[in-house]
Amino acid sequence: MITLYDYELSGNCYKLRLLMSFLGIDHKTVPIDFYPGREHKSEWFLKLNPLGQLPVIEDDGLILRDAQAILVYLASKYDPSGKWYPRDNPALLGEISQWLAFADGITATASAARLHDALFYDFDIDAARAGAHRLFRILDEHLWFGEQQGRDWICSAAHPTIADIACFPYIMLSEEGGIPRQDYPAIRRWCDRVKRIKGFIVMSGVFPAGPARAAA
Amino acid sequence: MAKCSDTVILNLWHPVGAIAEAAPGAVQETVLLEERLSFQVGVDGEPVVWRSRPDARGADQVPAADRLPARGAYGYVWTSLGSPPADLFPIPEYAEPDRRRLNAATFGVNVSAPRAIENFLDMGHFPYVHTDILGAEPHTEVKEYDVEISVDRDEILATRCRFFQPMASTASDGGADVDYVYRVPHPYCSVLYKSSPVDESRRDVIAIFLQPLDQEHVRAHLLLCVLDENSEDKVIKRFQQTIFGQDKPILENQFPKRLPLDPRAETPIRADKSAIAYRRWLSQKGVTYGVIPAAA
Ligand SMILES: N[C@@H](CCC(=O)N[C@@H](CS)C(=O)NCC(=O)O)C(=O)O
Ligand SMILES: [Fe+2]
Repeated sequence: MITLYDYELSGNCYKLRLLMSFLGIDHKTVPIDFYPGREHKSEWFLKLNPLGQLPVIEDDGLILRDAQAILVYLASKYDPSGKWYPRDNPALLGEISQWLAFADGITATASAARLHDALFYDFDIDAARAGAHRLFRILDEHLWFGEQQGRDWICSAAHPTIADIACFPYIMLSEEGGIPRQDYPAIRRWCDRVKRIKGFIVMSGVFPAGPARAAA
Repeated sequence: MAKCSDTVILNLWHPVGAIAEAAPGAVQETVLLEERLSFQVGVDGEPVVWRSRPDARGADQVPAADRLPARGAYGYVWTSLGSPPADLFPIPEYAEPDRRRLNAATFGVNVSAPRAIENFLDMGHFPYVHTDILGAEPHTEVKEYDVEISVDRDEILATRCRFFQPMASTASDGGADVDYVYRVPHPYCSVLYKSSPVDESRRDVIAIFLQPLDQEHVRAHLLLCVLDENSEDKVIKRFQQTIFGQDKPILENQFPKRLPLDPRAETPIRADKSAIAYRRWLSQKGVTYGVIPAAA
């Protein structure tokens, strides 16, 4: 069975919990005391991931770090529909990789701002917030033009891909880093669509979609 | 924003950090009531707190006259910018040897201390915010309970609180009707007692101690003092962090951020019985920091 080294309040760990829930696959959780215990910097954990970062998974003897890399692996191996990571569509794979890298940029900015405000990390908060706004502006515009063309998701497919999962958590948690989303209406509509994907689960700090349109 | 001039608040003990997270001898920097403070916990466990200054790199360089009042209690360092009372409010259960005593976490929250206390006292949000843990629909009703302001102890006491909880603690094995008692023994601190799933004659103790950074930002220190022989520390912490992580966005979206003390300021739905008592108690004390005082 897949083992996820997990911290509840980590958006990067949540990416994997989300995909596994969408795919309906079981996993075992090893809780890591990321805060305040800094267990991800402990000697035993550094053997698993020398970068000292969450998440990490173990599956069939394979140890893998980095949320985006793990999304690629899990979707390739466990999604029989082939939709979350369509391995036979080069253009789409290129787009997905582009947005997976973009998601890491969201981690470096929006997540850093949240770590600064909530967990007292010593980061340049103004730079983190400004960086997040710059990325949100780019994504909002991309999603807005997509909507004009009838595209609901980040990549050019009629269904969500792992790029949507990778971008979602730290956008949803951005307000905890003092980054409001009221100026990004297309992002807000997309977040709502993500929350309505069958199998969606929340993490602490993320709430389910409102009931208003649940029946639609 | 002007620094704090509220003498009631200045004269209180305030928490500034968890002793478990303060490496012995290392200087920690923090903020209390808009003042930069430094503190250090000695190898003997005794804390020293002072107003941060560039010429002092450690407690031994701070003359006794420049040190702030300091004490260790309930696993935290406490200090005061004024003349604090001789004693901190009691939590007798903390001394019981079979309890697990943990700082679940210290979180920065963009909220005033009184708003955070009020949310802590409110059981009505359990099913909606802590769904399937501390509450679940259709069990949404807050049943009648008692609130008093205890004059001799100078604290608020809410008793006979009951709520159906699917997963009351890490030691739970299913849903149960849980009894609660809430105390507010300090304007910015609250202690709750809830039925223990492992011993029906005793209660788990969970406290929230708010360190006011300024009127609209706090560090929330979460103390756990619970009965659970089986769960690892990190599992107990994770449970409480999950719950607090759910409260956080709710707290940060409160408007106005300071707590209005005028009884007509907010609808009774938001301000239930214990909240009304809390607001009245703060008014009677003359607290002005972190609140919007009632018009005279
Ligand atoms: N690129 C990595 C970044 C992971 C990351 O930033 N993880 C955080 C927790 S959510 C962490 O462990 N930070 C500790 C550190 O970077 O030292 C990924 O996407 O997995
Ligand atoms: Fe709550």
